[in-house]
Amino acid sequence: MSEAVNFKYIGTRPVRPDGVDKVTGRANYGADANLPGMIHGVVLRSPHAHAIIKKIDLSQVRLLDGIYAAVSGNDFPEVSSGSMGGEGGGDYKDLAANIMARNKVLYHGHAVAAVAARTRELAVEALALIQVEYEILDPVMTLDAAMAEDAAILDESMFTQGVDPKPKYPSNIASRIEFKRGDIEQGFLEADIIVESEFRTPTVHQGYIEPHACLASINEGGQATLWCSTQGHFDVRAASAKVLNMDLCDIKVIPSEIGGGFGGKTVVYQEPVAILLSRISGRPVKMVMDRDEVFRASGPASASHTRVKIGARSDGTLTAMSCWMAFEAGAFKGSAIMPGAMCIFTPYKVANFYIEGFDVVVNKPKVAAYRAPGAPQAMYACESLMDELARKLEMDPLELRLVNAVEEGVQAAYGPKFNAIGFRECLEVAKQHPNYTRALKEGQGRGVAAGFWFNVGMQSSAEVHINENGTVMVIEGNPDIGGSRASMALMAAETLGVPYEKVRVVVADTENAGYTNVTGGSRVTFATGMAVIQAAQDIISQAKQRAAATWELDEDQVDWQNGHAIPMPGVNADVEPLSLARIAANSGRTGGPLLGRASLNAKGAGPGFSVNIAEVAVDRETGKTDVIGFTAIQDAGKAIHPAYVEGQLQGGAAQGIGWALNEEYIYDEKGVMQNAGFLDYRIPVASDLPKIDTHIVEVANTAHPYGVRGVGETPIVAPLAAVANAVRDAIGVRITELPLSPSRVLESIDGA
Amino acid sequence: MSKMHVSASVNGEPVEFLCEPQQSLLNVLRDELNLTGTKEGCTTGDCGACSVMLDDRLVCSCLTLAAEVQGKSVGTIEGVANGDTLHPIQQALLEHAALQCGVCTPGYVVAIKALLEKNPLPSESEIRYWLAGNLCRCTGYDKIITAVQDVAQQMAKADKNAGEPA
Repeated sequence: MSEAVNFKYIGTRPVRPDGVDKVTGRANYGADANLPGMIHGVVLRSPHAHAIIKKIDLSQVRLLDGIYAAVSGNDFPEVSSGSMGGEGGGDYKDLAANIMARNKVLYHGHAVAAVAARTRELAVEALALIQVEYEILDPVMTLDAAMAEDAAILDESMFTQGVDPKPKYPSNIASRIEFKRGDIEQGFLEADIIVESEFRTPTVHQGYIEPHACLASINEGGQATLWCSTQGHFDVRAASAKVLNMDLCDIKVIPSEIGGGFGGKTVVYQEPVAILLSRISGRPVKMVMDRDEVFRASGPASASHTRVKIGARSDGTLTAMSCWMAFEAGAFKGSAIMPGAMCIFTPYKVANFYIEGFDVVVNKPKVAAYRAPGAPQAMYACESLMDELARKLEMDPLELRLVNAVEEGVQAAYGPKFNAIGFRECLEVAKQHPNYTRALKEGQGRGVAAGFWFNVGMQSSAEVHINENGTVMVIEGNPDIGGSRASMALMAAETLGVPYEKVRVVVADTENAGYTNVTGGSRVTFATGMAVIQAAQDIISQAKQRAAATWELDEDQVDWQNGHAIPMPGVNADVEPLSLARIAANSGRTGGPLLGRASLNAKGAGPGFSVNIAEVAVDRETGKTDVIGFTAIQDAGKAIHPAYVEGQLQGGAAQGIGWALNEEYIYDEKGVMQNAGFLDYRIPVASDLPKIDTHIVEVANTAHPYGVRGVGETPIVAPLAAVANAVRDAIGVRITELPLSPSRVLESIDGA
Repeated sequence: MSKMHVSASVNGEPVEFLCEPQQSLLNVLRDELNLTGTKEGCTTGDCGACSVMLDDRLVCSCLTLAAEVQGKSVGTIEGVANGDTLHPIQQALLEHAALQCGVCTPGYVVAIKALLEKNPLPSESEIRYWLAGNLCRCTGYDKIITAVQDVAQQMAKADKNAGEPA
């Protein structure tokens, strides 16, 4: 895609199509749906982090007036092991056991039973009548504890995968992975300088403001309708069908508006429970988590431990990079160790690398995807050590990265060769940026870091319907989590040549949209956008046929320009251009309504690179760090709606700053989370943050008609190290564990 | 214990409802009066998604007992737009792309309106501290702050023009 392309709608910043409903309170989110006769379901959660369920007695609760249904794991069908596929991965058997514990509880807050009652209050009171007998086991709360030889074992049937020969004894290490290239020992021998360190990050939560919520209603014929807040209603359908042993076609999932997800709403928790309670009670059942449940039983993202070693020549050229990394998976296998390991050294050209990774179960909630899953933890370690290397070499940290930056044609550490990517461009922008060079005061510091995320394509469907007046309906299947209706409308408008205001975008349910993968993986504007463009091109092709028929020309004698059919240059025809509106008005006479469609498995999602500049002020009396400046630079390929691209950069930066400075799950010795609320699990608030400056780099992704590469996830990758490097710059000491809380910073200052 | 009878004004209209003594205003607004524009994010007063006006005070409706509103006036997001015209605050949030998922937005609209009624031209710092009780996980706050600065200027200008003799 050449830079000379003049877009009419793409790159503009119109109001989003769903905007008015969202600023007036009209938009319906997960908890906003109600039905006549509706009752309320709530979950009884384990008071222990690790225990065997000896017995569950629901007989008393079932007798209570106003209770319509009560279930435990015994009321669900057996689910056999099988891969879930999709972005999150995971195993259906584990999913079923996470939704409702079977024989063991594996974290404080693990669901053990559920009741449905006339009111939510009554349901909550009724939970006290459920008798559960537990045999309490030792909780395993850290990577060190879980990987110790004498550790209590969460799952006696788990033997570490990826180790040959198969281990003799079960382990909490679900799998071991390894990636390597070149000769790592030789690489370190070639180095003039070697740096190494180890880094730890805590368990954190996605922190979406809307708790998980759903409403299920099943009829006497066994057909269920489910309203819920989700990033992927087709995945909810598949998971619910699997967990309840139902046919896919008997479950209709209607996605509500979604109040944030960041990966955390790609997972199913209450939805199958609500369907089961509805089946037993014969009534619609609503289930809404409270914030405490959201923290204890959904999300979170892996705590991590990473040891990194980097070797370089005195000119900064990297000769060897190695790491050992372990991620907590929570109660069931399946952390983001794989993408974490695949991305850690990806920004750099290095002939010799060795990466060893471990997926480890602990007695915490099963982790869920969180925006570039695995990358923030991994890149925090790599980019912190790169900062140390630059200091040792007395080199500018951006220059060190430029010397080693990957570019088009280089083979990525994870395998394929890069097409056009914008990493070097981001580094150059950072170097020239005034926020990189302005003077800092005493006690302040600046840090930079790079970010990377793969981005994905996957499956999408779209339809474009032309109304009889020429206005345009786009039908697609990705819940709009951050303005994607606007992007779809802009791409449809650009392709068709009709004004943005004449395009409406519908996020349709599982019965009214073609199969579409989740809103996640930074894939929607790329992959679903591509489907929308192709469906619009299908319309153009049909419109040209209709015009040809009207004009008695051949189809290839008709062109499409600015929303009108016109004769091709050189075609001798004395006709007026036909607008889409006129073709639509006449469509009854030329073959019926215009309906375009496309479905695809999008390939060529362009990787996303970023560079962040963090500026901090550290109070040496209290240890408190204030971020006083933050600059996010990222390659978007092509920004369809630049304001929403900037929003992604700013939002990811804020989440990354929270991860760096404040956020962590705090547990007591029994494995009970001590800060399961927004007061004590402190996400950044408006007064914690400065303006977040953005710079969008546009190196077009050649696999997308308009050059789009995903932008949603990369923004959270670099801030952890950028902030940590800035704090290092400010206090003169490297802290290797997040969060950089005031107490931890103060200890380091005092110890230095 | 029997339910309590409460008479109040909601968005300028007289309303009567029955509630349990422990029931929150948020719960009554959403479940009894079907005003679901006010959102529940935490029920502990930490997120501000349930912000409403109680007479001239900005409150978290999750921390307000429904029974407390007897004889008082409640203002919710549903009452902010004027007929078919958006409030300038709502328009500014849209034009600045200051929402992503949008679930916190109703609370922001109510809180920003309360701010500008007290302090028509707040500094950036004043805006950030006033809105520190409204959590947004999507935007990093940047565009929200810009939208407030912009709309404050617009509204102050409009007020000034309205105040000048024709």
